[in-house]
Amino acid sequence: MNRRDLFKVLGVAAGTTACARSARAAEPPPSVADGADPVGVLVDTTRCIGCRMCEFGCAHANGQANGLEKPSFDEALGPNRQTTEKRWTAVQRHVVAGRAITVKRQCMHCVQPACTAACLTKAMYKTPDGPVIWRSNKCMGCRYCMVSCPFDVPKFEYHSAVPRIQKCQLCFQRVAAGEQPACVASCPAQALTFGRRNNLLDEARRRIYTEPGRYISHIYGEREAGGTSWLYLSAVPFDQIGFRTDVANEAYPTYTKEFLYAVPLVLTLVPPLLLGLSRATDKGERGGDEGGEA
Amino acid sequence: MTAGLRTIGGPQLGPEFRRFVKFLLAEMRPKGPVVTPFNVITALIMATSAVLLAWRFAFGIGTITNLSQDVPWGLWIGFDVVTGVAFAGGAYVLTFLVYVMRIEKYHPIVRVTVLNGFLAYVFYAGALLLDLGRPWNVINPVIGNSFGVSSVLFLVAWHFMLYMMAQFVEFSPAVAEWLGWKRVRKVLGGMTLGAVIFGISLSILHQSGLGALYLMARDKIHPLWYSEFIPVLFLVSSIFSGLSMVIVEGSITHKVFHHRTGAKLRATNDDIVFGLARICMAVMFVYLFAKILVFVHGHGGQYLFTGWGAWFVFEIAGFVVVPAVLFARGFRQRSIPTVRLAAVLTLIGIVLNRLNVSVIAFKWYAPVRYVPSWMEIVVTLAVISAELWVFRWVVNRMPVLDFAMDHGEQPVIEPAAARHAA
Repeated sequence: MNRRDLFKVLGVAAGTTACARSARAAEPPPSVADGADPVGVLVDTTRCIGCRMCEFGCAHANGQANGLEKPSFDEALGPNRQTTEKRWTAVQRHVVAGRAITVKRQCMHCVQPACTAACLTKAMYKTPDGPVIWRSNKCMGCRYCMVSCPFDVPKFEYHSAVPRIQKCQLCFQRVAAGEQPACVASCPAQALTFGRRNNLLDEARRRIYTEPGRYISHIYGEREAGGTSWLYLSAVPFDQIGFRTDVANEAYPTYTKEFLYAVPLVLTLVPPLLLGLSRATDKGERGGDEGGEA
Repeated sequence: MTAGLRTIGGPQLGPEFRRFVKFLLAEMRPKGPVVTPFNVITALIMATSAVLLAWRFAFGIGTITNLSQDVPWGLWIGFDVVTGVAFAGGAYVLTFLVYVMRIEKYHPIVRVTVLNGFLAYVFYAGALLLDLGRPWNVINPVIGNSFGVSSVLFLVAWHFMLYMMAQFVEFSPAVAEWLGWKRVRKVLGGMTLGAVIFGISLSILHQSGLGALYLMARDKIHPLWYSEFIPVLFLVSSIFSGLSMVIVEGSITHKVFHHRTGAKLRATNDDIVFGLARICMAVMFVYLFAKILVFVHGHGGQYLFTGWGAWFVFEIAGFVVVPAVLFARGFRQRSIPTVRLAAVLTLIGIVLNRLNVSVIAFKWYAPVRYVPSWMEIVVTLAVISAELWVFRWVVNRMPVLDFAMDHGEQPVIEPAAARHAA
């Protein structure tokens, strides 16, 4: 490598680091989309009646193509009910101070997802409109997305020779065709509102403002994990209805960004250093050795 | 094949090629007794594992592992890959000492260490393929139709691949000597320094990269093990982990392959071990200091009097402080057994540390814990067995423990010399 190349790479590396730092310092909620406003859904848990029509709608729309199972009415709803590799969305039932609260859970569709940053094949992919989808032809099944997702959303088909990663895709094809996601379309209680994220945030704030007794003053997903496209309103603190409140407010890809910035630096600085060292220690006695610059 | 070669290389290449094939076939035959306890046990393990793997590829990973939606990475990643690569760190440290710092003292063990490192990467990083759900897509991040450049795993995967090549180049002079290819040997020897420098740079990045894999699992790893400095800790510990492995491997190798060990190595082996012990000790104190800094910085004190705190102290006191002190004592008193004990304790400590980050303290709050199935353990043992078989095959044939340490002529290796006489 010649000197000019070295400076070029160093300059780029230093420049990107500087940009990243200033960008982070400039915008207060660090990661909320800088470009287009992503689509999302506002879940008002105070309106949810726990009818599970969202689950049926999801299975009806996505089940056949993705091997999901049809929901059954016999199943009891509990606080630990999770999404699985056969169920992209799951309604949980929490009892808080003697009152039952039902909550629909699914992929949060982060504005800056950990799973897409983790994916080394870009199988996990954030579409420009917002939905985070999985692409079978790219995925190699390493499950790093599952390790990285702060909400433990991606699920893996452990009992298949051709396993898939299963998670809510925010009905990206329906959305692209101008329709609502299947779950939103099937909700009879207007607990789910589909729209652009900023509009949903406005709507959520309006509801909190006009009915302060009905909601706590926290929109889950506004800042969690750097902001998510699914937003939640609740009457009780979110840790009481099964949400992790220790999730960072920073976008998760930022945790690996600095390490990745170090890569070009190490690759450009270490080899010349080692070469210099090796020249310096060469006493020129053995006429080369295997180290051979003879 | 022969016909094709003849047209390219002239008329004499045909018989030459036939002789070469004959030589290779002769070398394939086992040297020494076939039915030994070691062979029987490892063969059984590998046969069992072959059946298990056939099952796994037919019916899914869940049929033979205890992995779950909560614990997507288990023994195969946490031990085979993350720990195995830390164990293989000796190769980059020794090539640094010998080829960059030119400390001739360590030259006699450089080939066996590079061979060990290379095989460790091939088999342990190769074990990654067993863990992939859709291994036929493993080519995607290589051929460039989908570069996930923002992924730490992308970096680690590429570095594994490139480092394997670099290590092969570092080891290739031994292969050329074995085959008696003098001119090729000379060319390959000239590539060593380049491969070494490239290999060290790659190692720095992927040894730390294995730690960086877990940076996004911030809320899942117990705070005593999670820190933004995991990459640095992984890199520093890979140095003494790799060298301890060199010490332990050496003590076994020199017994088993005594007949293959050169006079120079036999004479200086103890000096080499004490030198490595001193380096281990120094780096371990650096690591300990870093660990304490991270502990204080991360307010680890609040967890100290919990079960996890006790487990943390057990790892640090029992398997970093104690072996570091033992290394110092062994070096001072020139006691090989003390150094070996220290090296073994260090390796246990590395297993503990890597498994703590990747498996044990991962989802530490989960009500149901992951424990590997016996089948996962058998497959892991099979990977190790296969590596040992290949290692033995190479050491018994190529000049690994006995070689001329300069550009000079061939060491005494009969088959090659015989072939060349023709």
